[in-house]
Amino acid sequence: MTAIDGTIASAGTPAVDGLTTIDGTTAGQPGYVRSPRPTVRRIPLVRLTQVELRKMFDTRSGFWLMASIVISSLIATGAVILFAPDKELTYSSFGAAIGFPMAVILPMIAILSVTSEWSQRSGLTTFTLVPHRGRVILAKAIASVGIGVVSMLLALAIGALGNLAGTAVNGTPQVWDITVMDALLIVLGNVLGLLIGFMLGLVIRNSPGAIVAYFVYSFVLPTIFLVLAANQDWFRHLQPWVDVTYAQSPLFAADGALTGQQWANIAVTGVFWLLAPLLVGLRLVTRSEVK
Amino acid sequence: MITVESLTRKYGSFTAVDDISFTALPGRVTGFLGPNGAGKSTTMRVMVGLTRPTAGSVTISGRRFRDLPNPGLEVGVLLDASAQHAGRTGREILTITQRTMGLPARRVPEMLERVGLTVTEAERRVRDYSLGMRQRLGIATALIGDPEVLILDEPANGLDPAGIRWMRDLLRGYADRGGTVLLSSHLLHEIEVIADDIVMIGNGRIVSQGTKTELLHAAGTLVRAADLNGLERALVAQGLTASPTGDGALRTDADPAQVGKVALQAGFALTDLRPAAGAGLEEMFLQLTAGTQRDGAAA
Repeated sequence: MTAIDGTIASAGTPAVDGLTTIDGTTAGQPGYVRSPRPTVRRIPLVRLTQVELRKMFDTRSGFWLMASIVISSLIATGAVILFAPDKELTYSSFGAAIGFPMAVILPMIAILSVTSEWSQRSGLTTFTLVPHRGRVILAKAIASVGIGVVSMLLALAIGALGNLAGTAVNGTPQVWDITVMDALLIVLGNVLGLLIGFMLGLVIRNSPGAIVAYFVYSFVLPTIFLVLAANQDWFRHLQPWVDVTYAQSPLFAADGALTGQQWANIAVTGVFWLLAPLLVGLRLVTRSEVK
Repeated sequence: MITVESLTRKYGSFTAVDDISFTALPGRVTGFLGPNGAGKSTTMRVMVGLTRPTAGSVTISGRRFRDLPNPGLEVGVLLDASAQHAGRTGREILTITQRTMGLPARRVPEMLERVGLTVTEAERRVRDYSLGMRQRLGIATALIGDPEVLILDEPANGLDPAGIRWMRDLLRGYADRGGTVLLSSHLLHEIEVIADDIVMIGNGRIVSQGTKTELLHAAGTLVRAADLNGLERALVAQGLTASPTGDGALRTDADPAQVGKVALQAGFALTDLRPAAGAGLEEMFLQLTAGTQRDGAAA
């Protein structure tokens, strides 16, 4: 074992409190016999992210979760072609149809990437190999967001193909009513949803629990807010500042740029419903006992 | 080298680990012995940063675990062989470890061979593994970085007799090459066979520690003679302790050579003379943990 790829210090780099310390402290005692090792460096974040990406695909459930992104996009596209009335055979119809399964699957991917370390107990090895848990979590976040962005681009591409195919089959004119700006906002909206899942994974650290919490977050709470807004005048003006789903809904509208106030709504609800609990979850993860 | 200094871990009012200190030295196998629930696993989790100590510290080769830049290259850890994603194959689990540490890919097949997992077994998912196979995979994970310190919690659990023998030889070889091996067990025999040094723990406290030879010596000598009373008087006259065991033998704290010399000088023909080893450590284990372990009264 001479070459340890990625851990070899370039010539002249001082040892990063590496093997010299060991030699120093064990002087006079029998040292462990092995071939000399280059300076040991901290595990780079890029490598951790690659490993976390791999862990998202390398189980049957993980693989099918990823595959379901493509499968559900294809099914949704097919359904629009078959069932949508001719005048609604537009790109935004395809986008909306594909968007719904995405809004469920992407947060699940983020949730499971975090909670499986606890539910499957693999964290015992993960956090022993990398004792700085914050770095593992950061790597998971980067990998999850990366998967989210790529999935959305893929879904939008499948939708575009569906639009081409659908209009050709039905002989209707092509309607491209999602601008690049709209597409970017949709991707952002889905990434925010994915991050909410990620946050719930950190706070709850249990797969079924976090998934249930996500559905409460994205379906039960918005319904309560909806009813409240419909019946209570005072709440109606408050809703965009309180209801995170409501605040983020303009992102999915494919209706051009957002107003300053809409961005402010997203920011305020984001701090309250995403950022603050995310920080709590991070603290819990870094301090809690891994068993 | 592992240095544990005044380590305490409390859970609310319950003290799982109570002010323990010991050192596991390079070139030696240190056995961490204690009944279930004595605090062995908690101590080991603190060692590798999975649990925060309430007080005290652990250093490995002079550094805290979390200060190691790439811990897998310095410390091989096996805490619970079943704590793996059941849906991954054995090879995949090892590959994740190899990638995380940044080791060459050939280490994976090398380690699989070293721990005796076949290619077919390596391709199976861990949920279909026996406990013995999981232990082997866990050992492979611990060894893959060629660390100089091994921390293993109950590694012999689930292994068949041949597997236990294999594990013993492997750890012996590791220590003989200068490595530090700390392994825990609640089975005395296991520790007695392999360890050079023993740290015995009960109810979170260290009840005894020392080299195996010292501890065996402390267990004393069993001696039998035709004239048991005469021999007892002779031993006591030499300032040695001696007490009848009740089954026709005497037990003394002196070592066998000393007892033999006294018997020869006093002219007693011995019928049996041996270190009280076979049962010695066990007796001590039961004695030392009697007050602390769950079914202590039965001991």
